Amino acid sequence: MKAKGQLKEYEVIGRKLPTAKETTTPLYKMRIFAPDAIVAKSRFWYFLRQLRKFKSSTGEIVSIKEIPEKSPTKIKNFGIWLRYDSRSGTHNMYREYRDLSVSGAVTMCYRDMGARHRARAHSIQIIKVEQVISKETRRPQIKQFHDSGIRFPLPKRIGQKTTLPRFSIRRPRTYFL
Amino acid sequence: MPFQRFVEPGRVAYIAEGIHSGKLCTIVDVIDQTRALVDGPESGVPRTAVRFKQMHLTKFKFPLTYTSPTRIVRKSWKEAQISEKWAESSWAHKIDARKRRSELTDFDRFKLGRARQTRNRIITRVYQKLKTKAARSGRTFPARKRSKKTANPKNAAAKAAAKGKGKK
Repeated sequence: MKAKGQLKEYEVIGRKLPTAKETTTPLYKMRIFAPDAIVAKSRFWYFLRQLRKFKSSTGEIVSIKEIPEKSPTKIKNFGIWLRYDSRSGTHNMYREYRDLSVSGAVTMCYRDMGARHRARAHSIQIIKVEQVISKETRRPQIKQFHDSGIRFPLPKRIGQKTTLPRFSIRRPRTYFL
Repeated sequence: MPFQRFVEPGRVAYIAEGIHSGKLCTIVDVIDQTRALVDGPESGVPRTAVRFKQMHLTKFKFPLTYTSPTRIVRKSWKEAQISEKWAESSWAHKIDARKRRSELTDFDRFKLGRARQTRNRIITRVYQKLKTKAARSGRTFPARKRSKKTANPKNAAAKAAAKGKGKK
């Protein structure tokens, strides 16, 4: 998978196609994070094949629904359990992210894994994503924002879209008290 | 140099980049190192995440509890009269002037040039009058001021010693 743009959350339900021997087959539901519905279906089969003995050619997707975020204006802490392949082995991880939506947090996770561990999207498997209440977060970089009186300046202002000239006789001003 | 503008709930910020660029908003809460949850019910900004690099902090602030709902933000904004205070500020005037200047037609620029010329000619005429008046009365340059510096005690002592030596 290529984690293109903002990932979306999909609820994919599939089953093995019924045969003469097996007239009713159980339904399997998965929570998939993918850039679009086509990739979501593909990821569904990728995981199903690893867990059960049927694949896209012997099964069918019964339903695929995009799940929109329930509270897109509320800041939430997300704990993400994942498994990824590094250059020398495969490891489990628990990571935490703060975002307004689940899919936003998972997108951040893919970007973060790429940055910190050079892990490509195809080698990452999201095992579980849960909203975590502030008290139960484990990471200090998330806990530092759990402060009702949070207050900090923006000391050095660089890297923004600039209207500054390309050539100038003076250095730009980076502090705005 | 202590900082005066902080990222805090209730701080009014000017969004400089993105889809809501040019509008004012209030910081309601901090999401993470790079983003804040902002809201601008009176200025047409929905409750969204905006990156710190996209916003410029203003000097305006009103008391607001973190994660307050939009109606409380609107009420506090109106009570603090932020829209009015912003419209009076020189920052807003400068934005206005820049916008108007960019919308000038060629005819407007001609009119502006002529107006500047008229004004500058009046100034030059008054200046020349003052200059000739000063030249005729010998006051082109201001009178030389005698230095009223108090004597340095070391120098004064050295001078006194030299004077005493000289006398001897």
